Amino acid sequence: MNSAPWEIVIGLEIHTQLATHSKIFSGAATAYGAQPNTQACAVDLGMPGVLPVLNQDAVNKAITFGLAIEAEIAPYSVFARKNYFYPDLPKGYQISQLEHPIVGKGYLDIDLDGESKRIGITRAHLEEDAGKSLHENFHGLSGIDLNRAGTPLLEIVSEPDLRSAKEAVAYMRKLHELVRYLEICDGNMQEGSFRCDANVSVRPAGQTTLGTRTEIKNINSFKFVEKAINYEVERQIEIIENGGRIIQETRLYDANKDETRSMRSKEEANDYRYFPDPDLLPVTIDEQLKAQLKAALPELPAAKKQRFQAQYQLDHDAAHALTSSRAMADYFEEVVKHTTLDAKLCANWLTGDLTAALNKADLDIQDSPVSAARIAELLQRISDQTISGKIAKQVFDTLWQHPNSTADTIIAEQGLKQITDSGAIEAIIDKIIADNPDQVEQYRSGKDKVFAFFVGQVMKAMQGKANPAEVNKMLIAKLTP
Amino acid sequence: MHTKTIKQLAEGLRAGTFSSVELTQHFLTRIEKFHALNAFITVTQEHALTAAKQADKRLAEGNAPLLTGIPFAHKDIFCTHGIKTSCGSKMLDNFIAPYNATVVDKLHHAGAVMLGKLNMDEFAMGSSNENSFYGAAHNPWHENVVPGGSSGGSAAAVAAGLAVCATGTDTGGSIRQPAAFCGITGLKPSYGRVSRYGMIAYASSLDQGGPMARSAEDAAILLQAMAGFDEKDSTSINEPVPDYSRHLTESLQGLKIGLPKEFFQHGLNSQIAQDIDNALNEYRKLGATIIELSMPTLTMAIPAYYVLASAECSSNLSRYDGVRFGHRCEHPADLTDLYLRSRAEGFGSEVKRRILMGTYALSAGYYDAYYLKAQKIRRLISDDFQHALTQVDVIMSPVTPSHAFTLGEKTADPVHMYLEDLYTIAINLAGLPAMSIPIGLSADTPEAPKLPVGLQLIGAYFSEAKLLNIAHAYQQVTNWHQLIPTGFE
Repeated sequence: MNSAPWEIVIGLEIHTQLATHSKIFSGAATAYGAQPNTQACAVDLGMPGVLPVLNQDAVNKAITFGLAIEAEIAPYSVFARKNYFYPDLPKGYQISQLEHPIVGKGYLDIDLDGESKRIGITRAHLEEDAGKSLHENFHGLSGIDLNRAGTPLLEIVSEPDLRSAKEAVAYMRKLHELVRYLEICDGNMQEGSFRCDANVSVRPAGQTTLGTRTEIKNINSFKFVEKAINYEVERQIEIIENGGRIIQETRLYDANKDETRSMRSKEEANDYRYFPDPDLLPVTIDEQLKAQLKAALPELPAAKKQRFQAQYQLDHDAAHALTSSRAMADYFEEVVKHTTLDAKLCANWLTGDLTAALNKADLDIQDSPVSAARIAELLQRISDQTISGKIAKQVFDTLWQHPNSTADTIIAEQGLKQITDSGAIEAIIDKIIADNPDQVEQYRSGKDKVFAFFVGQVMKAMQGKANPAEVNKMLIAKLTP
Repeated sequence: MHTKTIKQLAEGLRAGTFSSVELTQHFLTRIEKFHALNAFITVTQEHALTAAKQADKRLAEGNAPLLTGIPFAHKDIFCTHGIKTSCGSKMLDNFIAPYNATVVDKLHHAGAVMLGKLNMDEFAMGSSNENSFYGAAHNPWHENVVPGGSSGGSAAAVAAGLAVCATGTDTGGSIRQPAAFCGITGLKPSYGRVSRYGMIAYASSLDQGGPMARSAEDAAILLQAMAGFDEKDSTSINEPVPDYSRHLTESLQGLKIGLPKEFFQHGLNSQIAQDIDNALNEYRKLGATIIELSMPTLTMAIPAYYVLASAECSSNLSRYDGVRFGHRCEHPADLTDLYLRSRAEGFGSEVKRRILMGTYALSAGYYDAYYLKAQKIRRLISDDFQHALTQVDVIMSPVTPSHAFTLGEKTADPVHMYLEDLYTIAINLAGLPAMSIPIGLSADTPEAPKLPVGLQLIGAYFSEAKLLNIAHAYQQVTNWHQLIPTGFE
């Protein structure tokens, strides 16, 4: 992509579904995947005469988010009606916030290629989700499922501070990590709990005014966000370089064709006729509630990462990987607490073997069959030299297959206990030296590499159970003339 | 039996003079007999007789609440589970509500026996009941005269003795104006006093349900059962409900009555002005003093009201789209056709007019000039009232500029119809409680029939008990509220 003379300007609007038990304005459940229209009460259906009642938990979660991005929490915020007709919008208006959002200006620091950049967050506001229109496999008709109608959303709007698709993805990932840390959103992108609209424009490098932007709607994965933005940037640059003009419009990303296409232009856009919702009082938030929620804030990812580096002497990458989710960080600390093994080696285990196994099984750390306590027991056997690191991998594989077993049981059953009896090791070494006079000669004439051959032979003869340090020590002693 | 007060009926029920089933049957017979009055949209005969039987059982067991076994009716704007709730519209002609309004539940628990659902202007928009899909109810005082609106069916039914009392709703005068036209007592409570849950919305920030009855004493009893905080209505107020009957007989000695001069200027019928003078004299005799007030913002109430009410209605009525309930056009070609024809067919012309006005007022480029400006006026009017009510205990005024008009007289000119609400609208903008009580009858001339006149009492927030006390005191020394229209004795 030739974008050298062009500066890319991106702002993201991210809809996070708040993990409340009930909807934002009714008592109906919010669980995903129920039979259509079984989780929609009279309020969600927009029946005549019904009224909304604000779910305080949704407010608390929005405040929690605001506190985490050091934003101003509005002492007074207002719900407004956004009016438009659509079959999956039961009332003919969406209850949202326009002029007085609950969360004001804040920021999020992102890391990209080892550098930190501060991205401004303009605002975050509460609103209700619409239902779903089902156009496929419905007897040739369109069906409406209102289970999702009234699900609480926090729409998080960034400043146009992002300068590349990569930055946009880094910001989105960071936000994704944060909302899950705060436990205000489950972050499930397949189920639509975390959705992104991207505002994209380009301008000649150095120009201060913004170019005309387009909005790409509903991009539901990190990969697609990057692809959609890159496609859109190229499209815009091509138009401008060919003497054309960008039209302000809403575009849709088609992942199958990897392209964006026009949905509606600014002229076709709805006049939403926003006005304050007379059915709801302004939301007032006092200092006491804010203080209470602030006290309940968990350690945030950035602080946790720093602490992990300092407290456990981890390098940046390991600390980053272990703090990528709150569950992984908790798992790590649980392991470290229960073993005397060096924390760095514990970290290697989690970011290496455990993560690989989880990825292979497509599981999150929360769903790991092997608990932190079981891993700690295993690592403890490395620490007390019952087994070698190599044998530990074998034990781990068995443990993964039989998560109800324990490292000690597996070590005992499979006879994996490490041999530290120097007499036994010495006998084997003597035999191998005697059987391989050529290699001995080579070693003694200065070919150090042959040493590995002897280690391998000893280990093979002892089925890997010899204490490697002991083997090394004895071999050197025996081989040195 | 249909001229007795709630207290008298409650005593009769407890003494065994008559049963609730007999009482209910008496009213059902009258409803049938006077069905040309068109006061009811739905008569729930079976439901009523079942409820009456239960009431008799409850009465026999003792400790039944005061309203137990008393036949009344709901304005058809309150959702009633399993019973058609039309809101006076073709749009909801097929709508069987799946739940009860809070007010409906409350009256049910109070033991009152619902006779049916009362006629009203479509979606409570109107001042004559002529905007009902079911045709206008008639004024019991004269068949060619409107009962007022939008709670016209409620006023006609109570005045004609087809129900002991009724619920109504008031967005710009819809309880008070029909009460005045039909010679009954109506009270619009403070905004937030009665739950709006299940009361089909017209203009949410102005709508308020209230009692319509034959006297202040009966209105107090009905309000007692209707009022109270409801967690399902975020705009309802969490304030204790006083005992409204307890303060009825307090003395009015030293009462300060304010008269806003803006409400007594041109346009007020001279006979009504005279009737009000007479009523004020009664109040003087009861120990009150009269103070003239000036409230210049009142003249801005009508335009501000029609901007705000229409804006809210344009949004509130968006849910009637033919998709989930209510009227749907035949064979829609596509989604747009479904919307356009369902709404074009389902709504009447006044509803459409207000949806259009409201949509316009909220549109980009007009919002500041209309909606925001109207909100500012609303604040000024509210401040004006607050200030006035620091100087006086109650404000009195006409309810309507003229007597009830004849059917069809004003339908051609919407603005003329809107001016009917001149004296009532500002009170909704301020959210204050207000009452209408009967204070006279027009002279009987060959050209015009004898028609009732109402007086409006306006009080401070949550002063319903005081207003009822002021109304009751007057009704103890006059008998206007006891008059019964000819033919309905």
